[in-house]
Amino acid sequence: MDHPIKRDHSRFRKIIKGKIRDNLRRYVSQGEMPIPKGDGQFKVPMPHIDTPRFKFGEKQQGGVGQGEGNQGDPVDGQEGEPGQGEVGQGEGKKELEVDLSLQELAAILGDELALPKIEPKGKKSIQSQRDKYTSIGTTGPNSLKHYKRSYREALKREIAQGTYDPKNPNVVPIRRDMRFRASDVKVEFENSAVVIYMMDVSGSMGDEQKEIVRTESFWINLWLKSQYKNIEIRYIIHDATAKEVDEQTFFKTRESGGTLISSALKVCKEIIEADYDQSEWNIYPFHFSDGDNWSTDDTKMCLEMLEKDILPVSNVFCYGQVESRYGSGQFYKDLTTKFGEKHEKVILSKIKNKEAILDSIKEFLGKGK
Amino acid sequence: MLVSNMNRTRPIDGELLKLKEQIETYALEYGLNFNPVIFEVCDYDTVNILAAQGGFPTRYPHWRFGMDYDQLSKGYTYGLQKIYEMVINTNPCYAYLLNANHWVDQKTVMAHVFGHADFFKNNFWFKNTNRNMMDVMANHGTKIRRYMNKFGQDKVELFIDRVLSLENLMDINVLFETPDIKRHRDELHKLAKEELTNGTDDDERSQALKSFMKSKQRDNAKKKLPKISLQTELESEAAFELDFGLPTKDIMSFLMNFAPLKEWEADIIGILREEAYYFLPQRMTKIMNEGWASYWHSTIMTKKALAASEIIDFADHHAGVMAMGKKQINPYKIGIELFRDIEYRWNTGKFGKNYLDCQDMREKNLWDKNLGLGRQKIFEVRASHNDITFIDEYFTPEFCERMQIFTYKFNPRSGRNEIEGRDFIGIKQKLLSQLTNFGQPVIEIVDANFGNRSELQLRHIHYGADLDQNYSGETLKNIYSIWRRPVHLLTIVENQSMQYSFDGKEVKTIGNK
Repeated sequence: MDHPIKRDHSRFRKIIKGKIRDNLRRYVSQGEMPIPKGDGQFKVPMPHIDTPRFKFGEKQQGGVGQGEGNQGDPVDGQEGEPGQGEVGQGEGKKELEVDLSLQELAAILGDELALPKIEPKGKKSIQSQRDKYTSIGTTGPNSLKHYKRSYREALKREIAQGTYDPKNPNVVPIRRDMRFRASDVKVEFENSAVVIYMMDVSGSMGDEQKEIVRTESFWINLWLKSQYKNIEIRYIIHDATAKEVDEQTFFKTRESGGTLISSALKVCKEIIEADYDQSEWNIYPFHFSDGDNWSTDDTKMCLEMLEKDILPVSNVFCYGQVESRYGSGQFYKDLTTKFGEKHEKVILSKIKNKEAILDSIKEFLGKGK
Repeated sequence: MLVSNMNRTRPIDGELLKLKEQIETYALEYGLNFNPVIFEVCDYDTVNILAAQGGFPTRYPHWRFGMDYDQLSKGYTYGLQKIYEMVINTNPCYAYLLNANHWVDQKTVMAHVFGHADFFKNNFWFKNTNRNMMDVMANHGTKIRRYMNKFGQDKVELFIDRVLSLENLMDINVLFETPDIKRHRDELHKLAKEELTNGTDDDERSQALKSFMKSKQRDNAKKKLPKISLQTELESEAAFELDFGLPTKDIMSFLMNFAPLKEWEADIIGILREEAYYFLPQRMTKIMNEGWASYWHSTIMTKKALAASEIIDFADHHAGVMAMGKKQINPYKIGIELFRDIEYRWNTGKFGKNYLDCQDMREKNLWDKNLGLGRQKIFEVRASHNDITFIDEYFTPEFCERMQIFTYKFNPRSGRNEIEGRDFIGIKQKLLSQLTNFGQPVIEIVDANFGNRSELQLRHIHYGADLDQNYSGETLKNIYSIWRRPVHLLTIVENQSMQYSFDGKEVKTIGNK
């Protein structure tokens, strides 16, 4: 049996997850993102959950230290206590950091926003078989012998035969009592998805706008990753011309100049055509901009391209309009006029500020597509 | 009962057992006097579990233990910290060794443990601690688990959370309560409680009604009181003043006796209170206890047990434990150095009026009366002092200078903590104030019928440091949820008197600010 502290530990984890959920809005709006640790885990800085007590305020208390130094020398940043850990008087302030897996984090997001599970496009699923040792068989190698079940069989048999003596409970399994762990074949659908992010990096998109896009895309990725086994993410930036870039460049680049949205959609279309067969992939194009497009002709071209080339192959096309001081927001209106507010495959969302990120995520992912 | 958890540890045998006997012999030769020590070895995971549970293999279920375990495990995984040993104050004394320790570490740790064991047995503040705490803790676990099964885990856990909020509000005098005093106090409490509830445990009635009835009951109570144990009129009057036993610093005990609680709730407060008081002497003697144990591991190792090949490792690990931090003094370091200093001073006679009055620095430096009283003196000191009296008595200007101690203070202009100075008086005052009341604010209940409305009034006895405001508010809420009537706290913030109040809705601040 496991030590009871494991139960305390899972209790603690449960409390923490609840806390994170309660504070999710704050995390998201303040851009305080969980830090990926590389092994599929995320590090989440925690609001304190320690027990409130009457205690001394920290700052004005001051204290006593040891070592070299003159009056006025700082003593901060020297806390790395070597050796025995719990050194010193009073309760040391604990910075709590918690590790959560992608699945756990996505579950919190899904819970908080009540996101439906995504139903992948049926025909685009690849089947895969996996063996799971969940059942019991009467044959098998010794290494898979299930002792408890074998002895239970033996006990049954002995009782049935009347040879079982409760006073001298000698239960000896014979060959046909043996039970073995056996595998069950599980058919799993392996769905693949590609997310194509397009962002307007023209002069009117400032740092704050990009921060919003960054935060939003982090959480969208998190959710999609939890839903698809195999996921690819591509990034396109554009002003008057568009190009594919890596993640870093995507969030860092600041171009200037005008905006031709069609250029991005064109690259997006090319990527899809080149790499992603629509019968095998779930395709998610996301476009973020401040809604400015240079010419009405270009807008017309965009709408056409969307309708003809992109929408038919995509699960949904998501357009997020980040409010900026310079943007007119015209593109949102154009899209609304063309596709209406409630189109099957076009999801439009206005992101006014950081507080609106979570709602916008809900708009994008709330349809379960 | 303990077996299911204890199979994670196993008693030492073979070479380790021989080593233990050897080290034990050295310890006894030096005059250490301890209860039998049982060493067990375990893996790091188990040591983390034990440490998270305050050294005990079985505790009541609570997420806090899980949290500490989480943090300790991480610390170990990342190589930030490592616990070499755990020792608990029981009879026999249990000590756990990490199975991955080097041989030289095992030696050191054993010597260290015998130091602790001697301290537990002989220090005055540990006189009344329950040495069967292993069983008591296990029983507490069983009881609370039973409550959880009966009333629901969430409900019981929430209540424990609230009570833990008060865990640091203790009265150190309780440590010296003889059974007679305790019985007498319990009787008074029982009487007062009866008075409060009109002899029934009917919780339906409101507090207001109760307090009204209470005033009606006064005369009865007065008549009853003298029958218990008090003879003279004078004492009876005094006892009536006690009524609730106010003012009191033993806040858990007060709430347990007088708050409108269900039986299981009162029982839980009793359980947590007992555990808190069990750990109290250890909180009051951290410097001395660690200093004493370190003094002995150092002495036994360097004089007797250390093999030539082990010197580097020993020095390395010893230095790691003794490392000083700039923001906190290291109790291991200050403790061991103070014991050594005392030993030196009593060996050479550098104490007393003659020495202190001596104005000749040269003579003072060379002062040596060859008294050789050092060893004897430190044994006396370890028996009769706690951290405060230890520092107060033996922390000298020379020692302070040698240890390079300074005070620091938060500078609001630069937004950081800065060295304030190396003034001896200031340092000593700061040290003592940090140790006062085991580092916790002194809070007492002054009135349980504040404003004649059954409201609870607490007072923070201010020794120079203000309370943390947010925490105070949250704590008041927890007390309110137990007392179920408004709760007030008198304190001082930035030299102005203040009263925080919580009436069930919001925390209000009344003051000059």
